Amino acid sequence: MSVDTDKSARARPEPIQAVPVRHPGRWVAVAVIGVLVAMFVHLLVTNQAFNWSFMIDNMFRPPIVAGVRGSIALLVTSMLIGIVLGVVIAIMRLSENPVLRGVSWAYTWFFRAVPRLVLAILFGNLGILWARIEFGLPFDRQIGALFGIQDFEARLFGFSAVDILTGFVAGMLALGLSEAAYMAEIIRAGIQSVDEGQTEAAQALGMNRGQILRRIVLPQAMRVIVPPTGNETIAMLKDTSLVAFVPVSAELFFQLRAVGSRTFQVFPMLVAATIWYLLLTSVLLAGQHYLERHFAKGTSRAGQAKARLRGMAVGGGGATGGGGGV
Amino acid sequence: MTGVTLPGQTGVPAAESGPMVHAEQVHKSFGSIEVLKGIDLQVRAGEVCCLLGPSGSGKSTFLRCINHLEKINAGWIRVDGELIGYRERGGKLHEMREKEVAAQRRAIGMVFQRFNLFPHKTALENVTEAPLLVRKEKRAEVRERAAALLERVGLGDKLGNYPSQLSGGQQQRVAIARALAMKPKLMLFDEPTSALDPELVGEVLDVMKDLAHDGMTMIVVTHEIGFAREVGDSLVFMDNGVVVESGNPREVIADPKHERTKAFLAKVL
Repeated sequence: MSVDTDKSARARPEPIQAVPVRHPGRWVAVAVIGVLVAMFVHLLVTNQAFNWSFMIDNMFRPPIVAGVRGSIALLVTSMLIGIVLGVVIAIMRLSENPVLRGVSWAYTWFFRAVPRLVLAILFGNLGILWARIEFGLPFDRQIGALFGIQDFEARLFGFSAVDILTGFVAGMLALGLSEAAYMAEIIRAGIQSVDEGQTEAAQALGMNRGQILRRIVLPQAMRVIVPPTGNETIAMLKDTSLVAFVPVSAELFFQLRAVGSRTFQVFPMLVAATIWYLLLTSVLLAGQHYLERHFAKGTSRAGQAKARLRGMAVGGGGATGGGGGV
Repeated sequence: MTGVTLPGQTGVPAAESGPMVHAEQVHKSFGSIEVLKGIDLQVRAGEVCCLLGPSGSGKSTFLRCINHLEKINAGWIRVDGELIGYRERGGKLHEMREKEVAAQRRAIGMVFQRFNLFPHKTALENVTEAPLLVRKEKRAEVRERAAALLERVGLGDKLGNYPSQLSGGQQQRVAIARALAMKPKLMLFDEPTSALDPELVGEVLDVMKDLAHDGMTMIVVTHEIGFAREVGDSLVFMDNGVVVESGNPREVIADPKHERTKAFLAKVL
């Protein structure tokens, strides 16, 4: 009897009521940061060079909003080129054909080596090489000469290089082709991160290579691909400002600088650019969050599994080592 | 593709209505290491054949040769009379295209040691994926059959669960249902219970026994001597890339003839 009461007393001791550890360092840090923030706010409010009313007045003018639209269009098209071409180059890189592997390597090497600013200006000046860009039978003049036909031409359609390669298209190609090189590396890493057993299981079920890639490997690789792609997209948003040098005028930074230099209010317009890029990046970050959640389906990062994991961690303390899933 | 000539060129006999699996003189090397050194095996339709042997003996490699996950270097394998991985034309062997190999694999189900379920798909989607994609069957039909299969392996209440939410034993049972959904005529099991906690082994073996009683042709690489004795129709003991001993499982296990078999069974029993 006395043993029983003894046991129940030991099963439930008093909750611990200890004096918590003090952290004076944290309060010092708070004080220092508080002073710095106050100084910064004071600067924002009192310094006339910010010229807030002028900035807000000009920040949402039609040409600026058109510039935002241009930047977003450039972002979307160049990322699309980057991702689609990146998938192709990544698959070439993982192919068994040594020629395709070599081409893919050379592409990645070239476009990662040349700075985007240089590429943008280079593409803007490609009109120097060709007056017209035409599609048809390659080497048609040479082939014609071979058979003794003068001025043999087999061209289907064409357009003036200056028309097509100015501004937007040149900027889009420069950014998109460069992005493809980076995306190819990201996608290759993603594909290679998927367990070999997945491919084997799919093969054993009779799926062919395309089906395995599309339905089994890529969806799983996405978990590895999406976070760095989000990074790339944000970097690309900022790099769209480089095409101001192509030059492209329907672009945010170009428009803001134009207002700044026309009105001699350079600084407020730089602040406006900062705010615009902050806003746009925040929207992208939110999008990335939802994408990541979508592709975390079925992994321990997904909501349900997380809850289960928490349950296991709590319950697992006393239980004999449960194996759990793989 | 280049034609492959066989050692002894008389080689491949014509297709016959004989055994479900018929392998002759199967050789396989990884680089300079010869893993299979001439394996002969016959498995009749409806038979359960257990492959036993120490690790590294080549039994898993041989199993993977049967559905051409590994290419063999010499010899031949027929499944239901059909040569695996090659086509004979004009006395020469031609490598099959990827598509044709994939078509052959449809009739051969495989269950892996590490389950290899698709983690981004639910249990039900794991089972329906291949019939929908490969056999191009109707969605409603496949769904119904998949649900019935999962019911049969005791997971009727787990259709919507992702693999990460299932125990190892449950995952392996989903994997068995996934293979069965392709209506295979042959099932290959590659150490299906080796990655499981001991208390979960039974549930997977029960499903396999059930399958055997239904007349499925099965080749099982396993260390479960009890399963081999109880369910197996034949037992093949492999060591170092060759078949050392084979026969009725109960007889071989009770009275092994070969020294290697004796030594192995003494350790695992």
